[in-house]
Amino acid sequence: MSPHAQPYVTPCLAVLVLLLALASLAVGPAGLSFSSADQAWLILTEIRLPRTLLGLLIGAALGLSGAALQGYLRNPLAEPGIIGISGGAALGAVLAIHTGLAASLVFGLPLGGLVGAAGAMAVVLWLAGERGGPITLILSGVAVASLTTALIALVLTLSQNPFAAVEIVYWLMGSLSDRSMTHVWLAAPPILAGLFVLARLGRDLDALTLGEEVAANLGTSLARLRLLVVAGTALAVGAATAVSGTIGFVGLIVPHILRPLVGHVPSRLLPASALGGAALVLAADLALRIVSPAGGIRLGVLTALIGTPFFVWLVVSTRRELAP
Amino acid sequence: MTVALKEVRLALGDRVVLDDVDIAVPTGQVTAVVGPNGAGKSTLLRACAGLLAPERGQIAFAGRPLETLARAELARAVAYLPQERAVHWPLSARAVVALGRLPHDDADPEVIAQALGAMDIERLADRPVSQLSGGERARVLVARALAQEAPLLVADEPTAGLDPAHALALFTLFQRLATEGRTIVVALHDLSLAARFAHHVVLLADQRIAAHGPPADVLTPRNLEPAFGVTMLCTNVNGLPIVAPVSTLP
Repeated sequence: MSPHAQPYVTPCLAVLVLLLALASLAVGPAGLSFSSADQAWLILTEIRLPRTLLGLLIGAALGLSGAALQGYLRNPLAEPGIIGISGGAALGAVLAIHTGLAASLVFGLPLGGLVGAAGAMAVVLWLAGERGGPITLILSGVAVASLTTALIALVLTLSQNPFAAVEIVYWLMGSLSDRSMTHVWLAAPPILAGLFVLARLGRDLDALTLGEEVAANLGTSLARLRLLVVAGTALAVGAATAVSGTIGFVGLIVPHILRPLVGHVPSRLLPASALGGAALVLAADLALRIVSPAGGIRLGVLTALIGTPFFVWLVVSTRRELAP
Repeated sequence: MTVALKEVRLALGDRVVLDDVDIAVPTGQVTAVVGPNGAGKSTLLRACAGLLAPERGQIAFAGRPLETLARAELARAVAYLPQERAVHWPLSARAVVALGRLPHDDADPEVIAQALGAMDIERLADRPVSQLSGGERARVLVARALAQEAPLLVADEPTAGLDPAHALALFTLFQRLATEGRTIVVALHDLSLAARFAHHVVLLADQRIAAHGPPADVLTPRNLEPAFGVTMLCTNVNGLPIVAPVSTLP
């Protein structure tokens, strides 16, 4: 894209998100036109508003943390799942369902997710060590991610109650349906805090474009940057996963699509990816409500269905670039 | 700005790379660091850029010890150009040069244009660096360091991969910057360039400073032959100093 068009990318995305949010409030299986004013208001504020707000927040969390991680790791294949945070959140939530905490407390499930994300973050940072670089972070994250996958499988097989097992499987697929304002109030503060932390890393991520030594020469503290990338992702994606389940590939695809449109500059990619993530999650959720109003297809399944072919294409095209 | 290293020992992990380093890099001069592969040129340069804390001894910038300088102060005082020329995203050349302005928190278009002009890359400014040749990319990275406008410039093998015209132009520029009061420290393999353009030469060998001083005193067969393990021809052609390896010592 020509350099002259680059300044318009982020404002255009903002308009797109606004339109999608309005559409998300307007569209749903329960038609507003046939209801009384009171019912319509109830549907709007109790069902569609939380769903829209969560779509915005979760999409922004996934898009922004994907962009920050790709910038930090200097690798276009990085995404929030790779550093074990989503896995930790999923494990915490699954344990909350398994132990019955989720059934006894409204916010038991998201709380379990948040605790799991925080635990995963602590383990990843401890494993990566104080002076470890991006490679040690990836290795620690992959270790934690595989451990959480194994533990989730273990919880599933040990589950005595088949209903709990089904609930776990459904929850893992990721969804925004049947969420209330309680979920919004619970998820919004950590997601917003995480977004705030990540959005301010643009300068350091730009500096890192020229390698770690030049970044240090330009005034970046690499240890502080790593801590903030991991903590910001844990807050934003941990809280997002805690309320929605795992929604894959948004954090991978969105920064990758938008990067050339902002001239590949990491700091410009951050706000664009936050908006792009919100747009993608809102659009996917809207598509589900239209195509499958009964809820047969889950949001996480749809994003993975779109995401996998894209991922394959990404790998193949990178392979071509790297070929001698 | 002077950099003074006092009884410094530099190590990478457990391995001591340089020991007993005791030099003051003079202000407003071009200092060339020469020596065989693995002699510790890059390690010394990283220490001079404040990127490597010494194992022992003290490094001071303009009289202030390294550990008392804030990150941001150091970033405005020293520009460091590493040997590695990785640019991890295909930014435009102009965007890469603009990164040099990060320590100043501005993207002063005038300074960026000047840096592009100094390296003769204005016409490449809007091309992605991934599409540039190795030498062109090297010049973009030098321009990035120039845009930092630091009183001390530390450059590791900046002429590697440059054609003769641009190598000469770069050292002429270094000399001009030095006369303007900037301090330049540069690691070099081309001993003739060092002999011709440096005011001060530091020769490294066997984990030590083997010799340092004016090029005519340091770049002599007596100093160079044991350090490099080759016989050296040190001569003058048309008033230009030439230092050339002849054959490996038995």
